[in-house]
Amino acid sequence: MASSSERSPPPFPDAGDAAGRGSDEEDGDDLFSNSSLSETPTVSQPTDDLLTPPGDATAEPTSDRVSSGLGSKTSSDNLMSPPSDVTSDPISSGSESKTPSEPSDEFDDLADNWMTPAASVDAKAGKGASENLLNDEFVDLLGNETEPQSQEGEGESLFAEIADPKQEVKETAPLLDLSSSADLAPNPPSKIIDPLAELFDDPPPAAAQKQSAAADLFEDEGSDLFADPQQIKTANPPQKSLFGEPDEDLFGEPLGAKKKPAAEDPRDEPLADKSASNDSGKASRERKHDDIFAADAGDPGDSSRLNSRTNGVHVDESTDIFAEATVELSLDSPQSERKKAAAPAAAAAVGKPSTSAATSVAKSQTAMLEELEEEEESELEDKFDITISITDPEKIGDGMTAYMAYKVSTQTTLSMFRNKTFTVRRRFSDFLGLYEKLSEKHGPGGVIVPPPPEKSILGMTKVKVGKEDSSSADFVERRRGALERYLQRVVTHPSLIQDPDVREFLERDELPRAVSTQALSGAGFLKMINKATDAVSKMTIKMNESDVWFEEKLQEVESADQQFRKLHALVESLVLHRKELSINTASFAKSTAMLGSAEDNTALSRALSQLAEVEDKMEQVHQDQAANDTFGFAELIADFIRLLGAVRGSFDHRMKAWQRWQDAQSTLQKKREAEAKLQWANKPDKLQLAKEEIAEWEAKVTQFERDFDRVSATVRKEVLRFEKEKARNFKKQIVKYLENLLKSQQQLIKYWEAFLPEAKAIA
Amino acid sequence: MSFFEEVKEEAPLSVHGHSIKVAEVLQDGDALTFLIVSQKLSGTGEYHVDRTYEDFEWLQQNLFNQEDVPGIQGVIFPPLPAKAQMNTTPKATRQLGFLGLEEFKPYCAALENFLHQVAAHNLLRKNKALEIFLTSSDPPGRQKARRNIFNRLSQAVEEMRKEGHKDVDEFFQTKRDVNLSITGCIKNTVDKFLDLVQTEQKIAVACGHFATALHLCVESDDDPDKAAFTKICVRLSDVFESMKNSMASVAENDVSTLGLGLDLQSRYREAEKEMLFRRTCKLVELETALKNAEKAKPVKKAALEEVKKTVETEFNHVCKVAKQEIEHFEDARVKMLQQALVKWCEKQLRTAREIAEQYDQHLQAFRAM
Repeated sequence: MASSSERSPPPFPDAGDAAGRGSDEEDGDDLFSNSSLSETPTVSQPTDDLLTPPGDATAEPTSDRVSSGLGSKTSSDNLMSPPSDVTSDPISSGSESKTPSEPSDEFDDLADNWMTPAASVDAKAGKGASENLLNDEFVDLLGNETEPQSQEGEGESLFAEIADPKQEVKETAPLLDLSSSADLAPNPPSKIIDPLAELFDDPPPAAAQKQSAAADLFEDEGSDLFADPQQIKTANPPQKSLFGEPDEDLFGEPLGAKKKPAAEDPRDEPLADKSASNDSGKASRERKHDDIFAADAGDPGDSSRLNSRTNGVHVDESTDIFAEATVELSLDSPQSERKKAAAPAAAAAVGKPSTSAATSVAKSQTAMLEELEEEEESELEDKFDITISITDPEKIGDGMTAYMAYKVSTQTTLSMFRNKTFTVRRRFSDFLGLYEKLSEKHGPGGVIVPPPPEKSILGMTKVKVGKEDSSSADFVERRRGALERYLQRVVTHPSLIQDPDVREFLERDELPRAVSTQALSGAGFLKMINKATDAVSKMTIKMNESDVWFEEKLQEVESADQQFRKLHALVESLVLHRKELSINTASFAKSTAMLGSAEDNTALSRALSQLAEVEDKMEQVHQDQAANDTFGFAELIADFIRLLGAVRGSFDHRMKAWQRWQDAQSTLQKKREAEAKLQWANKPDKLQLAKEEIAEWEAKVTQFERDFDRVSATVRKEVLRFEKEKARNFKKQIVKYLENLLKSQQQLIKYWEAFLPEAKAIA
Repeated sequence: MSFFEEVKEEAPLSVHGHSIKVAEVLQDGDALTFLIVSQKLSGTGEYHVDRTYEDFEWLQQNLFNQEDVPGIQGVIFPPLPAKAQMNTTPKATRQLGFLGLEEFKPYCAALENFLHQVAAHNLLRKNKALEIFLTSSDPPGRQKARRNIFNRLSQAVEEMRKEGHKDVDEFFQTKRDVNLSITGCIKNTVDKFLDLVQTEQKIAVACGHFATALHLCVESDDDPDKAAFTKICVRLSDVFESMKNSMASVAENDVSTLGLGLDLQSRYREAEKEMLFRRTCKLVELETALKNAEKAKPVKKAALEEVKKTVETEFNHVCKVAKQEIEHFEDARVKMLQQALVKWCEKQLRTAREIAEQYDQHLQAFRAM
């Protein structure tokens, strides 16, 4: 509590400022100025530009928030401050409309943490349109953050973040607030819950729109969230879960959460009110535009949003914009910062919509939005403006504690990064740690998280022992390449790039040492994958697959896995032969040289020595070719074998979701039976309890079913994306391979051409 | 690749030496039958005869046994390749070296070359056995060949003793030394080159397998992404198919030029070594005869002197022929190797260019996808 109180102070001031100023914009500015140092303002400006509707006060704040969220990765303080600003803004607005002071405290925390909550509050505020908008936004945010996880995931992540923030309270006030709120629990959670609930409530319409609009990940999530009123409950649970437990709890405890949120709602509402007032009409319109709305929940601001999206990140769809913002926020505080970031982002998103709605409400045109989205999507294909290169593998330390460190350089034009280029040093376990975090967060939602190369005790031991032979150099180079491709896959994944951990991994100078990667080491990692696949196959038997598509896909994946393994074995043997060729060429060169020196005919002797030299050079060509085979093909195929494992993992997660749903259903069945018995036995006192339980489980069943549907949709989308990537990746790689092949062939031609006159000159 | 220029003398041979061809090889169980075609000197028309490896051996024994020709032991006999084993175990293949590759095509080429060398040799071409071998419709070699002094087995035993015998003639001493070192080197080189070629063949096979396996990735599906991937696989399969072909032809080039050349060099070195050894044996014989003649009691003196004179004459003949042969050999050897190198280089260059062009086409196709 103490910590929370400490944290809370910042929010209060903000709230007070906001209230005093009355206008969202002002509040936001104040907040920024107050909480965020010069850094945040700068950030906010760019974002504002992006948003275009700078005129709208809300728009600016939101943009600021977003920017702060984005920037937050680098500096937690900035991030923290922005979130607080955001929250304060909404709060202030809310407070104006409703009593801000009380909520403000919570708000600060909550708002910081949850932009969305604030939005939801707004929605609750009473303006249906605005609410919807807000909700949509929230949904988007949520969806964006954790597409697969959507409700649950977001809630969880938020909570997790919150918890982290608590830990990291020191770093950023907002975080602290959030964390404190989390600790305080009731207030923040309630807030959170409310927004979520609202989101969910509103979502239905919005969800539909979103679905259509954001066919991708976002759509799924959004739809789920919005689709069910029950989700509100879920939303509440998430909050709870954040604090304590994951999905189930969230769902189970929604009521309490709701209550709390309600109290907090006012704060949120301010934002909502603003937006509502401005956009209420627009919002409603926007809702109508399914696609737009999803992405552009704040339809009024659709145009602006779109712009912002385009400006900001190419990667995501319109919905993504919000998602990105949220994601970024969450990213900022991988642990604690995430919450803050998410909150600011959400707030920003909310604010944006509202502002945009106010300003450009009339403009909400779904068609335009859709078009923009489409454009963005098509651009996305080629426009992942981020390139990772890993260089300078370096052995650090001696003996068995030695490890390899790699230079990770990022080049990007994505506005979510502070700089265009930056470089950090990471060791292998950091990569594994990143994977672990990502798969924990995104895996259950059905996202195919690209797997890193396995730990290799044998290979690393050689390196550690310090053998400077070719096999250890080969090992290091293979691993370097694999890590590079792994990271590149991560950053080109539209939802993973949004993850705060990814950003932190790329940007932060010092990364906390990954602790638990031991579990991922070598055999353990493989075992994990194998276990997952085993589980999948076992469960497939149990699960009577309702969707033929998945059944077929799973089979395809299985057979593709076998094919790739076969191809891999073949390429590896080809590589072996090539290496042998290079060795044989070398020894032929040697024996030719000896023959040349033994030869008593001087002309012949000279020609033979020259031949020896040519063969020596050819040895290099063959060696290069072996490397080309290795890195061009063998590694590519190995990558895909790993990826196929991840694909199967996502099927596994889907199966688990199904299992959970089925379990809930059977539990519900039992509860119903028990109720029937009670009724028969005429025990009204217990009957009430039973009814409540049934209601609870009914909600759970619905929720789990929705989860399952969402995971299914995500998996489906991910698999399609995987296939697309597969084809593209192969093509790219093959072109590179052929280029190398051609190059070495031309080199050979040169050598032959040089030797021919020598041979002719013998006589 | 003829070692010795055809000498323009009266030719008892009724065919053109350079027209001799081993046109075909027939496999009948464990035995190989070679169809040998040669053009008649008299005009149009060809001789077609079927010969087995035993017939070749018969011919070679006959050449060895021309005791009426003075200095015959000084001849570097064209080396006959070892007998081809049908059950090509790795060991047998190893023994044959390049000749065991590619279904005996190089083996036939080696046999053909052997006949060319014999027909072009100014001492050997006069032998009736060659005429019979090339023209008689009856296979000549089916009766047991007589064993003669050149029996390799006995040679191996004696070698240990006489190999190191100091020569009286510095020319021959040098030649023997050089021969000894070069024979080792060239054998080593042939081995290494064979390894190289075999690896190339393995790569060709591996490429072929990969190309085949890629076809397994083909999925018939309407899905555009899958169709694209299928297309990629098929194309890639083509790439590896041409890689396979290119590797195969690189290997073939290796075998048919430098491989055969080095192999012939190596066998000729062996033949030279044998000749030098025979000469050394003669030398030892002469020295013994000299000693005997000196130490002989008067009764036997005349006879021993006679023996000594005979041996001396023989030795001188051998030395004379040997010197000529060595000079010929040196000359022909360099020319032969040069030819092999040039042809090798040209062929590889042509192949490399063709492959590069193919790769380029593939690359363009991929880029256009």
